[in-house]
Amino acid sequence: MTTKRKSMLDSAILSRAVRDSFIKLNPLTMMKNPVMFVVEVGTLVVLLMTLLPGYFGTEDRVGFNLTVFLILLFTVLFANFAEALAEGRGKAQADSLKKSKQDITANKMVGNSVKQVVSTELRKGDMVIVSQGEMIPGDGEVIEGLASVDESAITGESAPVIKEAGGDFSSVTGGTRVVSDQIKVRIMSDPGESFIDRMISLVEGAKRQKTPNELALNTLLTSLTLIFLIVVVTLAPIAKYVGVELDVPVLIALLVCLIPTTIGGLLSAIGIAGMDRVTQFNVLAMSGKAVEAAGDINTMILDKTGTITFGNRMASDFLPVKGSTIQELGEWAALSSAKDETPEGRSVLELMKTKQLSYGAEQIEQASFIPFTAETRMSGTDLPDGRKVRKGAVDAVKKWVLSQGGTIPTDLDSTGESVAVLGGTPLAVSVDNRILGIIYLKDTVKPGMQERFAELRRMGIKTIMCTGDNPLTAATIAREAGVDDFVAESRPEDKIALIKREQAAGSLVAMTGDGTNDAPALAQADVGLAMNSGTIAAKEAANMIDLDSDPSKIIEVVAIGKQLLMTRGALTTFSIANDIAKYFAIIPAMFMIAIPQMDVLNIMKLGSPSSAILSALIFNAVIIPLLIPLAMRGVAYKPMNASKLLSKNLLIYGLGGVIAPFIGIKLLDLIVHIWI
Amino acid sequence: MDILQLLIVIGVLVLLVKPLGSYVYHVYSNEPNRTDRVFGWSERIIYSVIGLKSRAGMTWKKYALSFLLTNIVLVAISYLILRFQGGLPGNPNNIGGMEQTLSFNTVISFITNTNLQHYSGETGLSYFSQMAVIMMMMFTSAATGFSVAIAFIRGLTSKGTTIGNFFEDFVKSHTRIFLPLAVLVTLVLVALHVPQTFDPNITATTLEGATQNIAIGPVASLESIKHLGTNGGGFFGVNSAHPFENPNPLTNVIEILSMWALPASLPYVFGRFAKNRKQGWVIFSAMMTLFLVFLATVYTAELHGNPALNNLGVDASQGSMEGKEVRFGIAQSALFTAVTTAATTGTVNNMHDTLTPIGGLVPLAEMMLNVVFGGKGVGLINMLMYAILGVFIAGLMVGRTPEFLGRKIEPREMKLIAIAILAHPFIILVPTAIAFLTDLGQGSISNAGFHGISQVLYEYTSSAANNGSGFEGLADNTPFWNITTGLVMLFGRYISMIAMLAVAGSLVRKQPVPETSGTFRTDNVLFTGILVGTVLIIGALTFLPAVVLGPIAEYLTLR
Repeated sequence: MTTKRKSMLDSAILSRAVRDSFIKLNPLTMMKNPVMFVVEVGTLVVLLMTLLPGYFGTEDRVGFNLTVFLILLFTVLFANFAEALAEGRGKAQADSLKKSKQDITANKMVGNSVKQVVSTELRKGDMVIVSQGEMIPGDGEVIEGLASVDESAITGESAPVIKEAGGDFSSVTGGTRVVSDQIKVRIMSDPGESFIDRMISLVEGAKRQKTPNELALNTLLTSLTLIFLIVVVTLAPIAKYVGVELDVPVLIALLVCLIPTTIGGLLSAIGIAGMDRVTQFNVLAMSGKAVEAAGDINTMILDKTGTITFGNRMASDFLPVKGSTIQELGEWAALSSAKDETPEGRSVLELMKTKQLSYGAEQIEQASFIPFTAETRMSGTDLPDGRKVRKGAVDAVKKWVLSQGGTIPTDLDSTGESVAVLGGTPLAVSVDNRILGIIYLKDTVKPGMQERFAELRRMGIKTIMCTGDNPLTAATIAREAGVDDFVAESRPEDKIALIKREQAAGSLVAMTGDGTNDAPALAQADVGLAMNSGTIAAKEAANMIDLDSDPSKIIEVVAIGKQLLMTRGALTTFSIANDIAKYFAIIPAMFMIAIPQMDVLNIMKLGSPSSAILSALIFNAVIIPLLIPLAMRGVAYKPMNASKLLSKNLLIYGLGGVIAPFIGIKLLDLIVHIWI
Repeated sequence: MDILQLLIVIGVLVLLVKPLGSYVYHVYSNEPNRTDRVFGWSERIIYSVIGLKSRAGMTWKKYALSFLLTNIVLVAISYLILRFQGGLPGNPNNIGGMEQTLSFNTVISFITNTNLQHYSGETGLSYFSQMAVIMMMMFTSAATGFSVAIAFIRGLTSKGTTIGNFFEDFVKSHTRIFLPLAVLVTLVLVALHVPQTFDPNITATTLEGATQNIAIGPVASLESIKHLGTNGGGFFGVNSAHPFENPNPLTNVIEILSMWALPASLPYVFGRFAKNRKQGWVIFSAMMTLFLVFLATVYTAELHGNPALNNLGVDASQGSMEGKEVRFGIAQSALFTAVTTAATTGTVNNMHDTLTPIGGLVPLAEMMLNVVFGGKGVGLINMLMYAILGVFIAGLMVGRTPEFLGRKIEPREMKLIAIAILAHPFIILVPTAIAFLTDLGQGSISNAGFHGISQVLYEYTSSAANNGSGFEGLADNTPFWNITTGLVMLFGRYISMIAMLAVAGSLVRKQPVPETSGTFRTDNVLFTGILVGTVLIIGALTFLPAVVLGPIAEYLTLR
């Protein structure tokens, strides 16, 4: 994680949010939120009745009407404030991103010469040279050279990363800085479409579209609003029949209390804050839909290497064969690895240390290192005295030894297999025509993965591990990590088939990837998380990009998605459950003067009809700011099965939603009643 | 004894649910089964006569269109018969043609399974009209409701693009369910002395020497389908309170069970279709829970009598017997009232207008909800709609897009459901308000004050829920009431049916999501609670203000 988190109560964000809550009063903007729009219209009607009491014949109730107007106004403002506050953090982040987007001077290749142009003039396909200390002028692909690049402007991570031509680490992002060396870059995006542009518009929420779930919920809230509108409008003539005259402000108060203002006011804030939580987590979601889809995931496809295991296969034991000792094997293994810079090689030396073995390091000085090639499948050292030390795949080493007239120890194969059964990779060590034994290379599961897979299982998510390893090795790692299923010897096209199979069964699938050959699968998956270090193709196919390039983060993204949906559900339930208490506050208050027996329904024993109505209205207004922190932070989520989760949340937000307003309105009434 | 009577009837009902539900499931599952041998031949004849050789599945649109067209044709024929019944055969009592707004109201009333009667059967209808219009529509409207419910269930529980063939469902509803059951119940009722004759009315001379005209007719056959089809339109004006319609406590129980058993077994049918019987029982329990609360309320309220009368020193030990038949007493009357408005039959064995205020609130509330078992098919559809709503609201709290039976609830479904939940309060409250705003409406109200509100509210609620029971006391055979209630019945029936068929059409296409431990379960006790809560908070709170001004204010001022 990075240090980009900002305090929610940053004063600049706060003051901007306050300003925005007034700007958002514009009815054209408000209309997008039908629930709050109804409140705004009600506010205007009461305002008119307050300002022109003579016209409406409400001279005797100016004070009451003014109070109702103010409470209604604040209800709208509070809702606007919630949304503005949620947007604020994104806007602040967008501002800082925009700074890194100032015009950059680019060294564009024209023929064989270099011409200095402004970065905005660059088009897809242009070539530029970027040298040490310069900014990369646009998104592109390294086609020549190798450089370390500081990507902190995007990722917040200050350690530079290596970018080189070819392979999976060739993509560079505009606005990042080359810290050393020089690279030639082919520009891959036109101005305005670059990664940083997209990122700015995403964090700013400029083009935020409502997700399907939000749309569905909005429909429900709108229809509830309409229902209560019908209820309130028809109430007046019905009441008139029995001689009860109802004032318009009182009817508006009843309407505003009954319509789901709490969730209506917080709905967009919840969505924006949910997206923002993902961003704070350094994952860039291309849409809110992707975040919600993450909450719905049934199946998660994970690469073994890099996600579940460290990927570096580490030497964990020396297994000498007949005729050699562990000291002897260790010594030769170390000699073969002393100049080997691969993680495997270094881990052999590490193992020597932990096993407190020693070797003749002085021989290494003039030795020459023979690197691994796909053809020989061995690496090693040629010592100055002419002896050749090799380590490598068991069959390759066997062939090599046989070709020099050596013999194969009888227990070599069985030792090798015993390692493979355990999920390890056996490396045979030989010197000239003699085989000494096996290095047990183990792929280590990242700490804590087992617990997380158990969590996922509790959440109802199936995990499938994909690996190029043989089935035996794959099974061992799968067991060790605790994944539900695995695909061994998998090729990139297997992944897409697997995703399609799961989707055909109705599952939503998440996966991570970084290579170009992952791109089709990333596009096919419901949630595709690409690594920022990955290729452009992968990043374009995915609907989320992890700026920290940590594939195991997908698990947290799922949790954030779930939390977003839960927050929405919890506040909707709370909002609707609130209505019971509000009915008991307002209904008796409306009719009590004409029908004194209605006092029986005044179960809260509120002081007077006016104070009851005002208290209910005030409760309705202040509950919005009180719940802003919850809407922004999301409800607490611990992985557990759905039934437990539901019981817990129903208890807090359902039952709590029934009880809280009874207490709140009663307390408010005690205060309000003093003035009335 | 009273409580025991109630418990026995409820117990018999619960025992009937499984066998009857299994039978109904086999009727509509369209898989070969034993009953084919009994009924198959008659259906094959019907199919070949109406040209229904291949009975391919229909999309929801085609299904909706088919049932609408069928209903439109029936409406047209029935309207003509009523208007010209005076000249048609089967009219020994020489009854003239019916007035046009009343004909409109009557036809709509029966095609929508409402059976709101603004006419009195013995003086307004010929025997031919009773059978060709009233009884015929009692079958077809029940069969339509049942078919649509089954189609809705298929939409929720199967995968594909079609939700069954309307005509096949419609025919089978008649041949395998309503006709055989109606014959059975008719025979039982005849055995229990309910008249079944084509003879004209009997003219008798009383002991005092006055002439009395005793109305009779083919009563038993109408009585059976009236209840089986949750229709409720009586042969006689006073409906099942009439000694020829409902002569004794045993016929009373039979009538209660005939109107209750089919709606009560539909949740079980749903469970069978969903391949999860528990799911069916959960819906059943939610309905039963609400029912028991309502029954207890009406029973207690009636038992304690009218406080105003009690204060005058009237013996309160019998409870409030005003408007009730002595042969039924409080328990059988309360049960009948609770069942007839729960199953939205609308038949009455006591006058709901004379129920105590809280007692009268019960039928009103049951019709406002229209999910406590509910009318033929419609009740289940409505309850499932609330289930989807409950899933949508509470289901989000488990952190997933809400899904019901593995199908995701998305904007399209919510829009359609929004139409249905909006329509119900709209067609009850808006006409009620209009009735109070206009002289045309106010003129018919026979009671001033809160009871007047109850009367009007009851009339429109009964129409909207397609219940048809009258609170009575309202002079409702005027063009204003005939037309407004006619429209309310029409919208009350078709808006939600079409919207829900569209929901079915949308859900049937969705790929079900596999169930995991992260799935929101809808087949446990907790969901029963959520369902009841959703019904009460969304369905009931809507009507609270109006109800407070009607029965509740009446109750409070009467104490």
